[in-house]
Amino acid sequence: MTSTRSTEISLRVNGETHSLTVDNRTTLLDALRERLDLTGTKKGCDQGQCGACTVLLDRQRVNSCLQLAVAAEGRDVTTIEGLADGEELHPVQQAFVDLDGYQCGYCTPGQICSAVAVIEELAREWPSAATDDVRRPPAVSEEEIRERMSGNLCRCGAYVNIVRAVTQAAKNEQVNA
Amino acid sequence: MTTPAAPPRTSATGTPHTRREGRAKVTGEARYTGDIPFAELAHGWLVTSTVARGRIRSVDTDTVLAMPGVLAVLHPGNALRLTPGAGLMGPDANLQLLQDDRVPHVGWPVALVVAETQEQARAGADALVITYDEEPYDTAFRADHPGLRPTAPSPLAMPDVDQGDPDAELAASAVVVDREYTTPEEFHNAMEPHAAMARWENGRLEVVDSNQGSYAVAQVLAALFSLDADTVRVRSEHVGGGFGSKGLRLPHTVLAVMATTILHRPVRVVLTRRQMFSLVGHRPATAQRVRLGADADGRLRVVEHETASPTSTVHEFAEQSTRHSRTLYAADAFRLRTRVVPLDVPTPGFMRAPGWAPGSFAVESAMDELAAEVGVDPIALRLRNEPETGPVSGLPFSSRNLVACLEEGARRFGWADRDPRPGVRRDGRWLLGTGVAAAAHSAGVGASTAAITAEADGTYTVRVTAADIGTGARTALGQIAADALEVSPESVRIRIADSDFGLAWLAGGSMGTASWAWAINEAAVALRKKLADLPGDMADLPPEGVTAHADTTELLAAREQRESHGYGAQFAEVAVDPASGEVRVRRMLGIFAVGRVVNPLTARNQFIGGMTWGLSMALHEEGVRDDASGGLANGDLAGYHVAANADVPLIEADWIDEHDTYNPSGIKGLGEIGIVGGAAAVANAVWHATGVRHRHLPISLERVLSGGRR
Ligand code: FES
Ligand code: FES
Repeated sequence: MTSTRSTEISLRVNGETHSLTVDNRTTLLDALRERLDLTGTKKGCDQGQCGACTVLLDRQRVNSCLQLAVAAEGRDVTTIEGLADGEELHPVQQAFVDLDGYQCGYCTPGQICSAVAVIEELAREWPSAATDDVRRPPAVSEEEIRERMSGNLCRCGAYVNIVRAVTQAAKNEQVNA
Repeated sequence: MTTPAAPPRTSATGTPHTRREGRAKVTGEARYTGDIPFAELAHGWLVTSTVARGRIRSVDTDTVLAMPGVLAVLHPGNALRLTPGAGLMGPDANLQLLQDDRVPHVGWPVALVVAETQEQARAGADALVITYDEEPYDTAFRADHPGLRPTAPSPLAMPDVDQGDPDAELAASAVVVDREYTTPEEFHNAMEPHAAMARWENGRLEVVDSNQGSYAVAQVLAALFSLDADTVRVRSEHVGGGFGSKGLRLPHTVLAVMATTILHRPVRVVLTRRQMFSLVGHRPATAQRVRLGADADGRLRVVEHETASPTSTVHEFAEQSTRHSRTLYAADAFRLRTRVVPLDVPTPGFMRAPGWAPGSFAVESAMDELAAEVGVDPIALRLRNEPETGPVSGLPFSSRNLVACLEEGARRFGWADRDPRPGVRRDGRWLLGTGVAAAAHSAGVGASTAAITAEADGTYTVRVTAADIGTGARTALGQIAADALEVSPESVRIRIADSDFGLAWLAGGSMGTASWAWAINEAAVALRKKLADLPGDMADLPPEGVTAHADTTELLAAREQRESHGYGAQFAEVAVDPASGEVRVRRMLGIFAVGRVVNPLTARNQFIGGMTWGLSMALHEEGVRDDASGGLANGDLAGYHVAANADVPLIEADWIDEHDTYNPSGIKGLGEIGIVGGAAAVANAVWHATGVRHRHLPISLERVLSGGRR
């Protein structure tokens, strides 16, 4: 049913299509959490300031608290729940476990989704503010990763290990690419 | 009475273990309080005051009750009556929510809108019209405020100290450093907003909460709602950070309980990020005066330290900044003062290393100033003032390895080559400098209980009302229990964060692991004795297994008094751009002595996390109070900057071996010491880089450009 207050939409999340009627005010974040029970995506501020809600929308990272669910209709959403391949963790997830890239874990789903996108941005040779020479491919360096991961706050202060984990995963990706 | 169990010969402890909940945390499976679905769940949204002082004149509930999905509007006119006097550490009137029409500060809870969905609750809260009778207010803190007064006596208050003859020692001093330092309001901002779900189930109040100690929260709720303690069950399996904010103040929890009691269905209340800036405590601003008098060689004759901080009109909380000066350096005389100024502001509370963090900024900066005045190396100055016993308490130290930390840190940091002159090193447009500061944090233990069951299948289950707020407690306790039982960690199940497991200290005061480990070790001893006394062998255990309990209350009370702290040395290298005022920390190193380190992987992470807070405190964090409204001008994560990834360089932390069995588990606790001294090390490095002393935090661009002015 669609009215002035609510809209029937279909959301494609982690490869699965869901039909649901949402309050037009519902953010993508709340739709995932409250309607689809995909609570891995976290709400840290609900106003685009912390990155805890980061998901991939058509493979690019977005703050899902700043997207209305109705606007995600027809697009591909990947959340933290969609990264592992069955029992096998995504390399970024595994690196976070091995290198202790977290403490409380609340920022972690956002960090990991962001990191997956960062690795792809590096592979596509997108420059960042930390790129010395924008005519050349950016290096897979800790400096680049610090800069690119700065939209994801970690109040536990686990940045040092986050950078290690993302760098390791990015370097492995480079080797495998 | 039994004697404490000896620490076990270790194998699991002392070696790195990845977190037990690691997989759940990286896959999104770990459910935090706000993630757990409940049938018939209703959503509560808090409405907070927009005025700084006054009375509520009217609450227009009719319009909101007519909105779609709205179930109730709770306000002082219809709220449940709460029992006065409840509190975690003595009565705390902040828990008396919606009990009268007084508004003591901007951001005080004045209503709760409950609705079927979050969107409806939020819309109702936005639409609720409340009018106030406003009164003149005062939110401007300053050290010479006429309301300045001594703190009320409380178990948490550090008494004022007058020891020796400070005036005579000052007069006899060859060098006197007399300085004022200030630190701003700072806010915890755990990434997980405070959340609670409450419901009545089979005659019990069941609460899922985001907190640092479920047993303590259950006790507080029972007292507030006049319930039998057994009636209340509180759980908090996964907690997204706490830093002192999740335990003392519980507006979301109290109001969720009130709403479920009225509505007879589960209610969840989650604070917004903005609400977290006024409702869960914060570190108050401090104004500190430090006066150090020394002989020509730097030996201290006198330490004077006076700290003042604002508190609210609701409940007194004083920042105990003199904790640092009480234990760091020997002197012939001490004069220590703690003062508060009650204002129309939210009540401050414990924030990571309360007292220690701001106190260390002042004292360790002053020591650096003294070193420069005397012309002695800052490390040598500290070594020269090393005390034999607690400088103020006179008690023997349980152990103290500050000297070893300073020396090992100096070696690893490359301190020996340092040119002491300020403002003489350049790297292009950057001025470079290095700084050092000492760190300390009390190593306390709180009474706790634990139970261990030897299961019929050969595994073990440990139950303790611990909380894992990101410290890795679950994993560390697994290692501790495994060693105490002499089994592998894989055969030990750790169950935590359920008030039904009984009394336990909170994840706070750097006392959690130390307190829980002691109880677990005692329970393990009791269990092994029980098992040894059993006829037959482990294969013949009854189906429910065999359980042993322990309670450390008596053991703890029987301990002799000692001065027991962890110590550390913090080093920082900074680059300062004098044109833009930008300060970049290039590297930090911390060396700590904190007794036994259970899990090097998570311990290092905790130290580095604390040091990251030190960096953030030095350069970024500052709540700006707007005197025109009485509220915060920057109460969100865009306006209140906490260190982001690009702010944080290479930070290294390590520790020295320390054997101290004052706490029989050998653990001193390490959750907070990482922040202590960090801001001073950075500020001292900025002085070394530029020759300008920064006595006011944070060291913002404006302050660098204005030469460190207030
Ligand atoms: S919750 Fe979306 S950015 Fe913070
Ligand atoms: S791990 Fe706690 S906020 Fe990042």
